[in-house]
Amino acid sequence: MNLLQLSWANLKDKKLNSFLSTLLLTLGIGIISLLLLLNKQLEDQFRKNLRGIDMVVGAKGSPLQLILSSVYQIDAPTGNIPLSEVEKLARNPMVKAAIPLSMGDNYHGFRIVGTTGKYVEHFGGELESGSLFDKSMEVTIGYKVAEGSGLKPGDTFAGSHGFDQEGETHGDHLYVVKGVFKPSGSVLDQLILTDISSVWDIHADHDHEAEEGGEAHEKEVTSALITFRNPMAMMMLPRMINENTKLQSALSSIEINRLIELLGVGIDTLRALAILIMLIAGVSVFVSLYNSLKERKYEMALLLSMGATRTKLFFLLLFEGLLLAVMGFIAGVSLSRLGLWLFSQTAERDFNYSFGEFSILPEEFYLLAAALVIGVLAAAIPSLGIYRINISKTLAED
Amino acid sequence: MLETQGLQYAYHAAKKFHFPDIVCRDGRALLILGQSGKGKTTLLHLLALLLRPEKGVIRIGNEEATSLSPSGLARLRAGRIGIVYQRAHFVNALSVLDNLLISNYLAGRKPDRQKAAYLAEQLGFAEHLQKKTFQLSQGEQQRVSIARALMNAPSVILADEPTSNLDDINCDRVIRLLKEQSAQINASLIVVTHDQRLKDTFEDRISL
Repeated sequence: MNLLQLSWANLKDKKLNSFLSTLLLTLGIGIISLLLLLNKQLEDQFRKNLRGIDMVVGAKGSPLQLILSSVYQIDAPTGNIPLSEVEKLARNPMVKAAIPLSMGDNYHGFRIVGTTGKYVEHFGGELESGSLFDKSMEVTIGYKVAEGSGLKPGDTFAGSHGFDQEGETHGDHLYVVKGVFKPSGSVLDQLILTDISSVWDIHADHDHEAEEGGEAHEKEVTSALITFRNPMAMMMLPRMINENTKLQSALSSIEINRLIELLGVGIDTLRALAILIMLIAGVSVFVSLYNSLKERKYEMALLLSMGATRTKLFFLLLFEGLLLAVMGFIAGVSLSRLGLWLFSQTAERDFNYSFGEFSILPEEFYLLAAALVIGVLAAAIPSLGIYRINISKTLAED
Repeated sequence: MLETQGLQYAYHAAKKFHFPDIVCRDGRALLILGQSGKGKTTLLHLLALLLRPEKGVIRIGNEEATSLSPSGLARLRAGRIGIVYQRAHFVNALSVLDNLLISNYLAGRKPDRQKAAYLAEQLGFAEHLQKKTFQLSQGEQQRVSIARALMNAPSVILADEPTSNLDDINCDRVIRLLKEQSAQINASLIVVTHDQRLKDTFEDRISL
């Protein structure tokens, strides 16, 4: 028998009250913790895939859409641009590298991206098995594609038009899988990479029909990822491109900051809500301890008459608040992991992105401290009532 | 051994009590009889060191209690005094056994399960040790509270109307147990009551 056990026994005796207080704390802490986790992992994913890509050029449209479709492969592309324009840009002395991308087809929801070996180099892709694509209609696939579709080196498949699985199939052009990448944690994991000429070969037939006897067919790409040679380029190139060419340029860092700001409004609202819930939890702890102290006034006087000091009983009640806070924290942190797992399942299904970091974040120690402070404050105020109990009067009255 | 000299207590100017001097040696039993309003509970709370007297001296063992600090009083209450109340009260969240062991804890001693089991056997509630206290009858509850008062082998046992809620059979039993148990540990037993049934069962008597 000690104070902690006695506190625990009291909490168990008031199951519903304890449950309500813990539930509120769990929700508040769970939401904040989930926001922390998502925030960190989203930023990680964003930054990881963005590394080294200073600018994206593509057809006119929304710059954010251009970044999302070309860097993260989660939105529809803005349209096509002539390859010649990209080549011209690549020769600009301020451009260190320009990687062309061609998108428009998928296989089982995984995007088929036509590009060059530089794209693989950029993301540091390493081969798990097989080899890199070399000729038209050869592909190398990310590990998630291999897992999700069951493709392995040597297999052949036909891509579907568009970005959903129901698109029209290019049945007469079959891709050959040459290799599989190792997991890299980047966008490479969820892509089917092929040589840029494959996309031209497949779509050449359609295009000829469409352009009724037009001028000689010009090769097109969807966009290009640009790396600058020096920071000055950041100031000069975007303006030059937007004013003098049919292309649109989007600076990736600016667009991503804009996106995070947009998300931030929602995140801030949720966070405010969670803080409110935690405060309500504090009020709930306060009310339930205040009521239970009123009910247990005689019990407290009895313990005092048996030789307990007031300080001891003060800590007895304080521990009840602390225990609730600790339980709320543990349950809340577990809940947030469950939430992250569910979110990851959805993100995996819809965007082929997954979030798998379940370890405790440093910020969560602050969250624990906040929970303890709420528990202590909410418990301390009613617990101070211990010092006002008149033992003799309380015992005589009952 | 409990001894008082010239005890006085006043709730306010019009309600003032002067109490006769009391001496109760180790191993003896003293009955303090008084009608309502004579200050029985006040006297018991003074003896239990729950109230500080306006004037006068209380000695428990060789210690003069009236000059102690609040923590000194708490220590003395925990270690040397056992109280049995009119209506038995417990920590509701705890089992009968833990309600006994909590006396040990509050006195800063090791939980003495053997003693709890022994007392439960002696006082006839051994089969109820794991129950919650409110599951017991009033007579059983009163016997548990006697056992609780005995857990630290105190030198003074104070009983406030221990029999007023009990029928004749339970009344006899409770008084017999109180006397037996306090004699066994050589404690001073002081029973404060208005219950006339107890008049003839005590040799030493004081009327208020």
